[in-house]
Amino acid sequence: MNWLTNFVKPKIRAIVGKKDVPENLWSKCNGCGEMLFHRDLKDNLGVCNQCNQHHKISPVERFDSLFDNSEYELIETPKVISDPLKFRDTKKYTDRLKENRSKTGSTESIILAHGKVNKIKTVIASQNFSFMGGSLGMGTGESIINAANYCVKNNCVLIIIAAAGGARMQEGILSLMQLPRTIIAIDSLKQKKIPYISILTDPTTGGVTASYAMLGDISIAEPGALIGFAGPRVIENTIREKLPENFQQSEKLLQNGMLDMVIDRRELKETLGKIIKLITINNKNFDHT
Amino acid sequence: MNIILEFEKPIVELEGKLKELKHLVNSGDSKARIESSKLEKKIDTTLKEIYKKLTPWEKVLVARHPGRPHFLDYINGFIEDYIPLSGDRSFGEDTALIGGIGLFRGFSVVLIGNEKGHDTKTRLERNFGMAHPEGYRKASRLMNLANKFNLPVLTFVDTAGAYPGVEAEQRGQAEAIARCIESCINLKTPLISSIVGEGGSGGAMALAAGNKVIMLEHSIYSVISPEGCASILWRNSERSKDAAEALKLTSKDMLELNVVDKVVREPVGGAHRKPSEVINDLATVIEEQLIELNFAENKSYSDDRKEKFLAIGRITNQ
Repeated sequence: MNWLTNFVKPKIRAIVGKKDVPENLWSKCNGCGEMLFHRDLKDNLGVCNQCNQHHKISPVERFDSLFDNSEYELIETPKVISDPLKFRDTKKYTDRLKENRSKTGSTESIILAHGKVNKIKTVIASQNFSFMGGSLGMGTGESIINAANYCVKNNCVLIIIAAAGGARMQEGILSLMQLPRTIIAIDSLKQKKIPYISILTDPTTGGVTASYAMLGDISIAEPGALIGFAGPRVIENTIREKLPENFQQSEKLLQNGMLDMVIDRRELKETLGKIIKLITINNKNFDHT
Repeated sequence: MNIILEFEKPIVELEGKLKELKHLVNSGDSKARIESSKLEKKIDTTLKEIYKKLTPWEKVLVARHPGRPHFLDYINGFIEDYIPLSGDRSFGEDTALIGGIGLFRGFSVVLIGNEKGHDTKTRLERNFGMAHPEGYRKASRLMNLANKFNLPVLTFVDTAGAYPGVEAEQRGQAEAIARCIESCINLKTPLISSIVGEGGSGGAMALAAGNKVIMLEHSIYSVISPEGCASILWRNSERSKDAAEALKLTSKDMLELNVVDKVVREPVGGAHRKPSEVINDLATVIEEQLIELNFAENKSYSDDRKEKFLAIGRITNQ
């Protein structure tokens, strides 16, 4: 709201309008509090220039930044039973789904795409934290199975970019079943010695870490990402002690030997390119020309 | 531990009366004899009625009842020559998730299970059945042993979940669970999982990816505890009853959702009333399932297991 919107009469407002001026030109960095211009932030892949804070970015931004020449095609997410438990908390699960679908424009908490990374055929499955906290539901699990099947069929490297609080409670036990199901999917890559690279972003916890996210042939995390099985609040409530600072941050996990590396998002494409080339070089299923 | 659940109180009252009457019967009171047999019948029908109408939340309480048989009770009940095996060979020994080898109805088997303990002392020793990463790594190790020596594996699930602690996280709780599930999936011999009390979240799933999954009638199996679910979705842990209802965590629900293959009926009044009966009944069902799996070398138990889990929740051609 500014003086114009208050002052200008409705008819004129239609002409002056706020047409192509985006709502939030500036956003506040949740790392250092600096105001960041949205285009700068976007160009910088969501990383704060001042403090290096890695903000959450969408699957599409991931695809654009990781696939060669930003060229890729989406793989359809498979259909699953909607709301198998007829779940309702303070809201109906079906309503929550509707809201999240219209908010994000996608049907599930994960999006799949295929293209090339460093000239090698690759599938990227990217979880969307904005969609019900990225939670692992039946649709998410089935998508990961789909992605693995696509990789086996078409000889592609699999990259999963995890971002989720954990399993989707609203699907009850059927969401827990996605743990073995996604592990089976990852395991199926072995038959063709297809590499699976897991990228853990902020946050990756619960059933997601207890399944595919921690099973990468190569595990990479983004700086400052919260990664763990139990969330800090649950741990604090259980042991009733103050938790050591940042003990579930990616840098600490690296120290504890749980990850291969923690790298800056802006260097991710280059690193992935090198890894994928090195690791597939002796595999005839991959074309290196 | 003599714990009385809220909804069992009418029974306890009747049982108290019965005890008094029995005294009179012993002293030769013939009227008391008639009364006591009437009362016995009444207790029986009341118990049946109460247990017929258990709400999901009440089932949670029964599933957690300390008097319920635990892993070691089952071992003592139907395993001969049990040899416990310890350690994950990389960090330590977990007392909450234990295992070994033994003889089950003529089969040499590997046994793995959560042990909660039965009184304050043993419950503390067992960390209330909540395992650390070394427990899951030991379970993986024992499954490798089963692969190598061609032994079927029996798992017994009874845990609120994996232990949420600082050290557990530092040593890779999530990775240990994921690898343990992977070990279950890739096991070349038959795997029969029995959910005998609480099947809580990933910590339970780690042992539950069996060719056959059996569940005791009043056990529960859930992605999150009702308390946890209530505090996240309702933002109020007092709403656990509603969460228990919404989560669909009873054995009946599991059969309907095709998540378990077989439910073992419990004695009226729950497993804690007649532990030995439950122990025998479970043994019978495990034996049946093991025979049905027709254990032989080189059969594709791993492939069957994968197919089974991939089919769960999937839309079949309509």
